[in-house]
Amino acid sequence: MSKLPNNRQKGDPETTGHSWDGIEEFNNPMPRWWLWTFYVCIFWALLYSIAYPAWPLISRATPGILGASTRADVAAEIQRFSDANAPIRAKVEAAELTEISADPELLSYANNAGSAVFRTWCAQCHGSGAAGVQASGYPNLLDDDWLWGGDIENIYLTINHGIRNTTDDDARLSEMPRFGADELLEKAQIDEVVQHVLAISGQEHDAVLAEAGAVVFEENCAACHGEAGEGNRDLGAPTLNDAIWLYGGDVASLTYTVVNSRAGVMPNWNTRLSEADVRAVAVYVHGLGGGE
Amino acid sequence: MPVESEVSINAWAWSAPILTRAQDKTKGRKMWEYVKLVALALITLMAAIAANYARDPAYMVNALTVMLVAGGLFLWSIRRVGEPRAATPENEYFDGVVRYGVIATSLWGVVGFLVGVIIAFQLAFPSLNFEWAQGYANFGRLRPLHTSAVIFAFGGNALIATSFYVVQRTSAARLWGGNLGWFVFWGYQLVIVLAATGYLLGATQSKEYAEPEWYVDLWLTIVWLAYLAVFLGTIIKRREPHIYVANWFYLSFIVTVAMLHVFNNLSIPVSIWGSKSVQVFSGVQDAMVQWWYGHNAVGFFLTAGFLGMMYYFVPKQAERPVFSYKLSIIHFWALIFLYIWAGPHHLHYTALPDWASTLGMIFSIMLWMPSWGGMINGLMTLSGAWDKLRTDPIIRMMVVSIGFYGMSTFEGPMMSIKAVNSLSHYTDWTIGHVHSGALGWNGMITFGALYFLVPKLWNRAGLYSLKLVSWHFWLATIGIVLYASSMWVTGIMEGLMWREVDANGFLVNAFADTVSAKFPMYVVRGLGGLMFLSGAIIMCYNLWMTVRAQPETASDNALVPAE
Repeated sequence: MSKLPNNRQKGDPETTGHSWDGIEEFNNPMPRWWLWTFYVCIFWALLYSIAYPAWPLISRATPGILGASTRADVAAEIQRFSDANAPIRAKVEAAELTEISADPELLSYANNAGSAVFRTWCAQCHGSGAAGVQASGYPNLLDDDWLWGGDIENIYLTINHGIRNTTDDDARLSEMPRFGADELLEKAQIDEVVQHVLAISGQEHDAVLAEAGAVVFEENCAACHGEAGEGNRDLGAPTLNDAIWLYGGDVASLTYTVVNSRAGVMPNWNTRLSEADVRAVAVYVHGLGGGE
Repeated sequence: MPVESEVSINAWAWSAPILTRAQDKTKGRKMWEYVKLVALALITLMAAIAANYARDPAYMVNALTVMLVAGGLFLWSIRRVGEPRAATPENEYFDGVVRYGVIATSLWGVVGFLVGVIIAFQLAFPSLNFEWAQGYANFGRLRPLHTSAVIFAFGGNALIATSFYVVQRTSAARLWGGNLGWFVFWGYQLVIVLAATGYLLGATQSKEYAEPEWYVDLWLTIVWLAYLAVFLGTIIKRREPHIYVANWFYLSFIVTVAMLHVFNNLSIPVSIWGSKSVQVFSGVQDAMVQWWYGHNAVGFFLTAGFLGMMYYFVPKQAERPVFSYKLSIIHFWALIFLYIWAGPHHLHYTALPDWASTLGMIFSIMLWMPSWGGMINGLMTLSGAWDKLRTDPIIRMMVVSIGFYGMSTFEGPMMSIKAVNSLSHYTDWTIGHVHSGALGWNGMITFGALYFLVPKLWNRAGLYSLKLVSWHFWLATIGIVLYASSMWVTGIMEGLMWREVDANGFLVNAFADTVSAKFPMYVVRGLGGLMFLSGAIIMCYNLWMTVRAQPETASDNALVPAE
């Protein structure tokens, strides 16, 4: 007994005779193509499970008659490229750093390898385009303003040993005093020296304070940053008389720097990358535009 | 908890002498009311204590929510003690809870789609992760809110409401358990509110689609068992000789989700005063349990449950018998047997051993035809009623829904093949696949069911406007196409970019390169979502006007006689 009018039409097949809230069911067979495709899928699944590792047993699974292993595949793929690259890697390792970019074959390899290494390991801090992160302590590597030197040897040294890390004894090391936090300077003196730094970097400043600040600068800062604030690459002391700032050149940022100091850290890559990779990435960075 | 006293009417009670039965009933009800008041008072007190000792804001807000709800129910119940209650009309369907379910489905749907549109544009324009909203409305907090809102709030309410409607009609019986149906409905809404506020405040156990923390999981378990009891109770007291196919699917969905939920959420709270908990599984075992759960959340929540919906509403709307009884039996058992093994395909090329990966893949391939059985039965049911496609936009919605079901249940097995997966895994292709299933299949079949249900549930002479249904249909369909195709493009593009190597075997692209390359497609995806959302808002207006402005018809909820 259905509530709806009989929904049947002329030529309809038999129904099963059930009816729920007016819904009936035809007694149609399963479509042939459906059933056969289902069988084929099951058959294929069985074959596949014989060919590949599939059925778990007590201590291990069936290995499959093809002996397939995704781990082995990856290892083989890596091996294939390292074998293919072995001769040229040996050349990169043997060559003088300065000569690599002169040899087209070596340069091409170093650029490919170096850019891949850079995007994998360096981009997190220096950005995938190597432009650093403004005012966050991650230096721009595209310009010619270098903290520790921009020739190929110095770049190589920096990458190899890193900066201010605790894992490599040869890491580049320097430490700016915390002039405010350790009470080396009075608050007034800090304000003055900040105005002086604004003055030498060509920004708007308070001339009176800046003049007083020049004295503070000479006594406390010039030893590392130079008389005119031109910086010192031997100490990683940044140039202060230009418009490029690692942590920001406004009053607040400069004051924070003088009070608390800054000490960016870079890992030493000699333990994580091969010699050839370090050389390659040094060549790549050197070639980005700012290399000396 | 709105559990009331009308639970005890069972067939055997009618045989007792009338007077004694009435006296027992009054006494029993009073007793029950006191038990309920004491329980509510205790819950209120304990929630207040929990809020006081709370170790994190999410836990505190959740405890306060529970305190307010339980306290409110306590006051509401105490004012009604001893009030005479109208007798339950045993010869009518219990449609009140279905009406609430329909409203909840529509509202949560709009909320879920809206959050989806917001996070889609946050991906295209990261500055929409506003500084002032960090920690509350950034992408990371909103993403689980979106997925849970659409799957569990929108989809879950649709499943509960339609299953309650369908099981009553096809069993010719009123819902079992009296007010237990209300408990299921409101209990489930509480789960949603606790989970959603928890996400925004940072409570998550970091398992996809199972983010809610331990106490929400416990509460959901209680609600879900009550749901199972109501559904199964109704089937047991059915007056039809056979159980209709829709109910097989609904029942398998309820039982399996209960099992999945319990196993995947086995965890130990760090403190009973805090939201954080630690999983009992670790490493690859944890990943395997998570994707056994996650894949079958798709398989049983979004497939089996919604097939139940399809098996009732499609033949009803088409006014044609179901195509093949045999096909429905075979594809049902094949589907529920095969689905449960396919989870490992989410973990291809990970720490998962090769053998588990193989099994996940071959079970997914074997799953293809059982999934398509539902599509065939749905589409072929329309043979003899294809002309309705021209006149009935609701049928059109159902057909498109079944079409997307067929497409995504082909795409799924295909993506489970290891070679395909090595390209598609972790890319936007997966996102596109999920959305062609969720927006196309789950969304459209739910909209169809809502358009079917509202005039029936509110006794209205048809929908307010079929033209608006057509607008909804086209907005939603074009929206899905934009969404799915843009994600195919970005997915395949980023998969190819990720694996691109130069002559020396070095990777050519950085991750950020793929992000910037995807930008235009992200905008297209956002627009697709916006169209889908607009369609849903139009639907809400249409349903609202149906109830408000359409002429009333005679009530239609008397039990049909059994065969």
